[in-house]
Amino acid sequence: MNWELIFGVSLESLFNATMIAYALAAIGLNVHFGYTGLLNFGQSAFLGVAAYGLAMAVATFGAPFWLGLVIGLLGAVVLALLLGIPTLRLRADYLAIVTIAAAEIIRLLFRSVTLSEWTGGSDGLQRFSDDFYAMNPYSSTLDLGIVSWDNRELWVMTVGWILIAVSLVVVFLAMRSPWGRVIKAIREDEDAVRSLGKNVVSYKMQSLILGGVLGSLGGFVIALSNAAVQPDTYGTEFTFYAYTIVILGGAARVFGPVIGSMIFWFLLAFINALLPELIKNGYIPTWFMTPTQAGAVGYVLVGLGLILLLVFRPQGIFGDKKEVMLDGR
Amino acid sequence: MADDTTTVPPGVLKAREALKDVPHEPGAKKQDPILVADSVVRRFGGLTAVNVGHVEIQRGAITALIGPNGAGKTTFFNLLTGFDRPDEGKWEFNGKSLAGVAAHKVARQGMVRTFQLTKALSRLSVIDNMRLGGTGQKGEKFWASLIPGIWSGQEKEITERADELLARFKLDAKREDFAGSLSGGQRKLLEMARALMVQPDMVMLDEPMAGVNPALTQSLLGHVKSLREDGMTVLFVEHDMDMVRDISDWVIVMGQGQVIAEGTPDTVMADPRVIDAYLGAHHDGTQHDPEAVAEEVAEEEGTTADD
Repeated sequence: MNWELIFGVSLESLFNATMIAYALAAIGLNVHFGYTGLLNFGQSAFLGVAAYGLAMAVATFGAPFWLGLVIGLLGAVVLALLLGIPTLRLRADYLAIVTIAAAEIIRLLFRSVTLSEWTGGSDGLQRFSDDFYAMNPYSSTLDLGIVSWDNRELWVMTVGWILIAVSLVVVFLAMRSPWGRVIKAIREDEDAVRSLGKNVVSYKMQSLILGGVLGSLGGFVIALSNAAVQPDTYGTEFTFYAYTIVILGGAARVFGPVIGSMIFWFLLAFINALLPELIKNGYIPTWFMTPTQAGAVGYVLVGLGLILLLVFRPQGIFGDKKEVMLDGR
Repeated sequence: MADDTTTVPPGVLKAREALKDVPHEPGAKKQDPILVADSVVRRFGGLTAVNVGHVEIQRGAITALIGPNGAGKTTFFNLLTGFDRPDEGKWEFNGKSLAGVAAHKVARQGMVRTFQLTKALSRLSVIDNMRLGGTGQKGEKFWASLIPGIWSGQEKEITERADELLARFKLDAKREDFAGSLSGGQRKLLEMARALMVQPDMVMLDEPMAGVNPALTQSLLGHVKSLREDGMTVLFVEHDMDMVRDISDWVIVMGQGQVIAEGTPDTVMADPRVIDAYLGAHHDGTQHDPEAVAEEVAEEEGTTADD
């Protein structure tokens, strides 16, 4: 058994760019779902729009890197407005329907042949991250024995963790303020909030924009870490993982999404490294499971673990059981 | 009901004085109306749920809105407070038209409502429920919310006011609890206290006594009365006739969407049209001839409810 490999891969996924991107997506989703009660099932679209905004601006239109970032962020804001204006006056379920559909529309637009001149079609776009890596202050690989990161990974991780820290500070400050109080009250009962003179639709829109912009930072992290954008990265399963992470960490908890993302990716990496090793060393007979099946079984086991978590700890890691048990209405 | 108080509170006297000469008829003009509604109509498909010709609510008095189930009381409430849009009609509050005004703006103008099914914000603490009611909070703007220095002073004032109200409503012991852990009656109290945080001119209570245990009823009644002493106007929907008789200065009766009678509690409850409305006979507000009623009942059995 190559324990060093198994633990190396698992430990690395606690801190790497994938985990960071999902954590940022989940921080934004936590603002939507955890705090405001908005059922946004299109979080992947916010990441996709930001990533493509950056990539298209730089790779297709030759704009400078910083302008690409601004365009990506504006894209997320515009998307929030487009999704919110028709749906936020309606019941919560409509937002869910519209967001999941919009996310798919956007992904299909990115990979459509007609637009491939600008979006690169299903191959996506590359060569937009040179300016980002030119700023890299690291020149050597960080080798901690069991895990190691090269200088490019280190640079993405540094920026990513700074983004996480800033996002958490914003969420923390906003949610303990009177603004956050209105937001949480809307989750409980928007008519009651309306009866107290608050413009509920406006607050829901602000929440949709804030969560979308925080999530879009994750889109930048994925795009820069891969030095490429591909449409299928931003499929619906991305959003579902982000939901899993939010609930795993504990909805409406500041640190929930980060811890949730770390646990989610650690478990997935651990099982996906462990199972092939067990097969290779004969602990699992091949008539039972082949190495190619192990990948799928990994997801099955993680899913099973999450079901057990929801049964025995519905409030997630950080949640307060008393709070979850209260009837939401 | 230990009503042995020898002196009548000034608010009651004022309300009685103001309503002394008002005729006991639907749509009666009041001395100083805070709310005037004209031909407010709301239809749901073929059903006309509300069709109020003219109604005025006296400032500083407690007015009860009663009527049998399905009379359109709550719908009328929803229309007045902006939670529903009428098909026709206009109404003025404090001289300003409120027709077509969004619910949150109605509240900001000083007309605040509570709900038949209590809307305590379960996963917020009691004190946060109260603080939410404060109006004009600087910290409720997103960018300002990130800088506590901008709003912490105002927050302290709001919290002080909230604590005073909580003490008055005897909820101070529950200050830090989740509102969802309160009993039904305590939630009603919290909802009323929270509405007062908005500092309204008029409080609209939708069935304040529904689901409240008898031990709390008296204290809740006392609180409603105290609103009048504080100069607020109260309009409430209620089914409990003892309560209506006990606290209201004026009673408006609705039946099948229309105002069918108005007056002081005693006159209204003796009004045959009101009794008819509750007993289910047809009530077009005309004569009360037993034969005619019998005829109408027979007619109604043929045509059934849809008119």
